[in-house]
Amino acid sequence: MSEFLQQLVNGVTWGSVYALIALGYTMVYGILRLINFAHGDVYMLGAFFGLYAAQWIGAADHPTPVRAFVVLVAAMLGCGAVGAIIERAAYKPVRRSSRLAALITAIGVSLLLENGGILVFGPNPRFFPQIVPSSQISLGHGVSISNQQVIILVISTGLMFALRFIVLNTRVGKAMRAVSHNHMAAALMGISVDRIITFTFVLGSMLAAAAGVLVALQNPKIDPLMGIMPGLKAFVAAVLGGIGNIPGAVLGGLVMGIAEVLVVGYVSPSYRDAIAFVLLIVILLVRPTGILGTQAAEKV
Amino acid sequence: MKSSIRLNLTLAAALALVLSGCGSTPNEELVIGEYGSLTGNDATFGTSTKTGVEIALDELVAQHQGMIGGVKVKVVVEDDQGKPEEAATAVQKLVNQDRVIAVIGEVASSRSLAGAPICQAAGVPMITPSSTNPRVTQQGDYIFRMCFLDDFQASVVARFTALHLKLKKVAILKDVKNDYSVGLAKYFTDSFTALGGSIVAESDYSAGDQDFRGQLTAIKAKHPEAIFVPGYYTEVGLIARQSRELGIKVPLVGGDGWESAQLIGIGGSALNGCYYSNHWALDLPDPALQSFLATYKAKFHSDPDAIGGLAYDAANVLFTALQKLAEQDPDTFKGLSSTKAGSDLRKRATKKLRDLIATTTNFKGVTGTITLDENRNASKPAVVLEIKDGKKVYNTTIGPA
Repeated sequence: MSEFLQQLVNGVTWGSVYALIALGYTMVYGILRLINFAHGDVYMLGAFFGLYAAQWIGAADHPTPVRAFVVLVAAMLGCGAVGAIIERAAYKPVRRSSRLAALITAIGVSLLLENGGILVFGPNPRFFPQIVPSSQISLGHGVSISNQQVIILVISTGLMFALRFIVLNTRVGKAMRAVSHNHMAAALMGISVDRIITFTFVLGSMLAAAAGVLVALQNPKIDPLMGIMPGLKAFVAAVLGGIGNIPGAVLGGLVMGIAEVLVVGYVSPSYRDAIAFVLLIVILLVRPTGILGTQAAEKV
Repeated sequence: MKSSIRLNLTLAAALALVLSGCGSTPNEELVIGEYGSLTGNDATFGTSTKTGVEIALDELVAQHQGMIGGVKVKVVVEDDQGKPEEAATAVQKLVNQDRVIAVIGEVASSRSLAGAPICQAAGVPMITPSSTNPRVTQQGDYIFRMCFLDDFQASVVARFTALHLKLKKVAILKDVKNDYSVGLAKYFTDSFTALGGSIVAESDYSAGDQDFRGQLTAIKAKHPEAIFVPGYYTEVGLIARQSRELGIKVPLVGGDGWESAQLIGIGGSALNGCYYSNHWALDLPDPALQSFLATYKAKFHSDPDAIGGLAYDAANVLFTALQKLAEQDPDTFKGLSSTKAGSDLRKRATKKLRDLIATTTNFKGVTGTITLDENRNASKPAVVLEIKDGKKVYNTTIGPA
């Protein structure tokens, strides 16, 4: 039993990271009907921005909670800027073209970021400094959780609630929902559709950056191609929950994380990556709109 | 009779020169190929091999102006990015484009296994400094190795765990995509159970994985007294950290795949109290080793790892064989600098070179004395290192049983 509970703890932590990445996919899809395949690579950039920020402010040698927080914010701001640039430079010019053109552009941006990353950061894995020294917290019954896992859970939950607040309770959130329903009508109501789309990309990229730093915190190996697999899996998570649906992305991420860890723990570690795609096939066969995806769901 | 062969050879050489075309000049160098993972997940394997060969070449320059038999030696290095498929491409390029006379590489058995059949088919001797999987040299009679084999290495770790650490219940966590890791796990199981121990859990991962908590949680539930991790240093470091975070306090034990300057940097204090088998221990007072250590430190300002030492030995074994060939049979030796890769002259020369490498006996290397047996393997004792306060400390030497 304690083994199962421990696996659940591992799965929920891992799943909350998928959820953060999946949110970016789902928001962009909700507004543009575009699968932003470069999103996983923004997650990678987040980890690297975090690494450089940590080195720059000395969080590696003298870890303090404030410095760790600065690292997280710096990575999020950096990736927010990258998200805005990607949207303006790559996606905006093809927005009126066919959706296929946008999709291919997204794949191109993804390849650009990966290979650009190899050029700039080098092809070898780098190791993220321990900006929060790890310690264990026992939950009883032989189940333990590390303080880093707690941080991941707290920050990702906090960010998800912050996102929910922005989307539901602010003017810009209202505008996002309007744009997601109908570009033309939103524009006629005086909403600057371009700015809202850019804002969505910034928001999504910041969440991906947070996921990058949080993952690097507990799995310190980072490299320019680290975003590919988590990116794909988070995409599956978004589809699983119902793409375009924000609570769905969170749910999909958690289901994915737990499914993965359970497969590793009880079936075979070799099927770790396969389970994501098995889930994708099953959901597409059984419920193509995703677990929470219905026409009535709020689309952002 | 002898002189007529010589005459024929000279004629053939002249013919080869003519046939090679007016545009191309004859190859005035002895080109040696080296392939390794200069980048990628286990990059220190490739870079250490490169530095080891560089030092051997530096010494050749200092002693003989970089020449063997009056011909300059050149080393061409190819990066395989740590991927077996790239390793095959790299070796193809070395053999067919650079027309190397011999190949040094690889460290990882999976990548040596990808390169070996190509060298064997082309009749180019290949010396792997540090691939320990037995299948590597079984690829053919042109493939040699400078280190011990995994069946021996696994028995060393098994004996150490059972007899020195006196532990009976061990879990195994292996890299399922890696020939080296799978082989070591199998041999370890055989040896360890023969010594009365039991394998209480066995799980696997794939190189490049980030998260091992699922496997480690399952292993923890079986309460092993030690975990055998026959992987490469990057994953080993991460596994060590995550196992400590999950409250697993038992020692991890492993093989020479742990040998990297980066191991401790990745695993940190989580590795304290862990053990692995290796080709050398830097704190042993062996004079050849200590002088290599000093040379290495002067040039690279850091400690070498055993991978670099084995590459240095491999290069020197090759240089020695070339020197012998130049002295004993200068005419055949000339065939090595022929540009015609497929020419009979060259094939005869690389065959002769192969024969000379195969007779390597009592070669005093920095990683021990190298004598190649009939299967072209070196038989050497293994040392076991303990990681203490972030340092690798010599614990014991275990020879063939």
